[in-house]
Amino acid sequence: MVMEKVMTFDVERIREDFPALKSMMHGKPLVYLDSAASSQKPEQVIAAMDQVYRTVYANVHRGVYTNSEVSTELYDQARAKIAHFINASTPEQVIFVRNATEALNLLAYSYGRHFLKEGDEVVLTQLEHHANFVPWLVLAQERGVKLKYIPLASDGTLDLSTLPELLTPRVKLVTFAHVSNVLGTITDPRLIIEPAHAIGARVIVDGCQAAPHMPVDVQELDCDFYAFSGHKMLGPTGIGVLYGKPELLDAMPPFLTGGDMINSVSMEGATWADVPAKFEAGTPAFVQAIGLGAAVDYLTALRMDAVREHERELVRYGLERLSELSGLTLLGPTDPSIRGGALSFTVKGIHPHDLGTLLDREGIAVRTGHHCAQPLHTCLGLTATARASFYIYNEPREVDALAEGIEKAKRVLHK
Amino acid sequence: MEDLYRENLLDHYENPRHHGTLEHPDITHEESNPLCGDQIRVDVRLGDDGTRIAEIAFSGDGCIISQASASMLMEEVAGKSVADVQKLDRQDVLDMVGVPLTAARVKCALLGLKVLKAGLYQYLIDHQQP
Ligand SMILES: Cc1ncc(COP(=O)(O)O)c(C=O)c1O
Repeated sequence: MVMEKVMTFDVERIREDFPALKSMMHGKPLVYLDSAASSQKPEQVIAAMDQVYRTVYANVHRGVYTNSEVSTELYDQARAKIAHFINASTPEQVIFVRNATEALNLLAYSYGRHFLKEGDEVVLTQLEHHANFVPWLVLAQERGVKLKYIPLASDGTLDLSTLPELLTPRVKLVTFAHVSNVLGTITDPRLIIEPAHAIGARVIVDGCQAAPHMPVDVQELDCDFYAFSGHKMLGPTGIGVLYGKPELLDAMPPFLTGGDMINSVSMEGATWADVPAKFEAGTPAFVQAIGLGAAVDYLTALRMDAVREHERELVRYGLERLSELSGLTLLGPTDPSIRGGALSFTVKGIHPHDLGTLLDREGIAVRTGHHCAQPLHTCLGLTATARASFYIYNEPREVDALAEGIEKAKRVLHK
Repeated sequence: MEDLYRENLLDHYENPRHHGTLEHPDITHEESNPLCGDQIRVDVRLGDDGTRIAEIAFSGDGCIISQASASMLMEEVAGKSVADVQKLDRQDVLDMVGVPLTAARVKCALLGLKVLKAGLYQYLIDHQQP
C-alpha cells in the first residue's frame, strides 16, 4: 500500500514536467506557493496546444474540410474528458466558458434573471470569492432579490447549524464555495445540497478550489450546477467549465448570443441551438479546451485521491511548521482533513505586502491581499493576509523555505 | 532581502517624520488603496499668503513602503511653495524611496503624493479668484 503510493506520487518526477518550476526569481530557485491563484503547466498541456496550432488548427464547427473536422473532434473529445473527470452523465452537460467568474455570471444572468423575482432569496456564505458574490449582489440590486449568508464559525468552517433558519420557502437558490480560497475550509456540499433541495431550492457549487485538488463527482453530490476554472488545474488561461443538470440548462435562456449558438436565424427571429452550443456563442477557446483536456488526462493519471492525499500531507506539515513561528497567526481550520491546500496567515507587525515583497527576494511566490474575498476579511477584522498554497508539485522543503523566509523577513524588519 | 528594506526606509517607518494631525488645517485629505488597505491622511497649514506649506502632518496605516514614503515626502515638502510641490511627480517619490519596486508596490509608494496633490488641488479650486 505504502509502496504503491510512493510509486504513483513521485513529486520529483512530477516537477520534471513543469518547465516554469525550473526558473529563478531574484537569482533564487523558484518556490511557487501560489497555485490557488493559478497553477503552473506541465509539458503535456503545453505540447497538446502547441501541436494543434502547428498542425490541424482550423475553426471548429462550420468547416467541412478535414482540419476543421479534426479540430472539432478534438474539442468534443476534450469535453468528454472533462465530463468524465467530474462524472457528469453526458458531455453535453459540460459548458465551456472563460473561467469560473464567467460561469457564475452566466448563472446570475441566465438562471437568476429568468427564474428569480422580487422577494425571492439567494443564500450565499460569508467566505465567498468575489466571483460568487458580486454577480448576486448585482442581481439583488437589479431585481429586488434578497441575499442571505451562511455565517462563519470561529473555527473557520461554515456554521451549518443556521441552515434550518436560513432555508425558508422564499429561498430559490443556494450558492457556495466547495473549498475556500482563503481559509482552505472544505465544506461537504451534500450537507447543504440535501436540505436546500428539500425546500425546492437549486444549488450552485463554486468548485474553483476543489476540482483541481480532489475527486469531484457531480452526480454523487447531486448539485444543480458546478463551476471551475481550467487555469487552476494545470490547464491554460481562458477556459473554464460550467456543469449543469440538463433539464435546467435546457430551460435557461442563452447568456451571450451570436454565431454558433443558434438553430436558425431569420429577419424576424432566431431559435437556439441545443445545449451546450446554446451557451457557447462565438468561436470558442477550443485550443484551450484541448489543453484542459490534456490537463485532466495528467491529473487522472496521478489519481485525484492521491493528489488530495499529497496536499493534505503538505497542509499538515505546513500547519505544523508555520505554527512554530512566533508572531504568526494561521487562519482557518486546524484539522488538515477538512482543509484544502491554502494556508493564509498574518505575521504580527508586518504588513502582508511587505512580507510578500521580502519573500519574493528569496524566490518565494506567495499571494498577499484580500484574495478577492473582502467580505470574509471584514468578518475576520483584517484588510489583508498572506497566502501560501500548494499543488501536486510542491514539496515539504518548500514549506521549510517559506518558514525560513518568514523568519528572515522578521529579522530584516526588526520584528 | 536586506537591500530592499534599507535602514533609511525602515527608519522612516519606525520613526515617521511629521506624523500626526494638525489643529485647524487649511487642507485635510485622506485616501486609501482598497487592494491592500493602505490608508493615508495629510493635513496642511498654509503660510499667510497661501502659497507656502507652513506646516504639514500625515497619519495612516499600511505597509512600510506606503508609510515610509509618506514620511519622506513630508520631509521633502515642509516649507516648500505650493507651486514647487505641485511639480513633484512619481519619479521624485521613487527617487526618495531609492529602492527598486515592482509595479504593485509603486502604488503603495505613491499614495502619499496622491493624497497631498489631491488635497492641494481641491484647495486651489475652492479658493480660486473669480
Ligand atoms: C473560490 C473561487 N471562486 C472563484 C474564483 C474565480 O476564478 P477565475 O478568476 O478563474 O474566474 C476563484 C479564483 O481565484 C476562487 O478561488
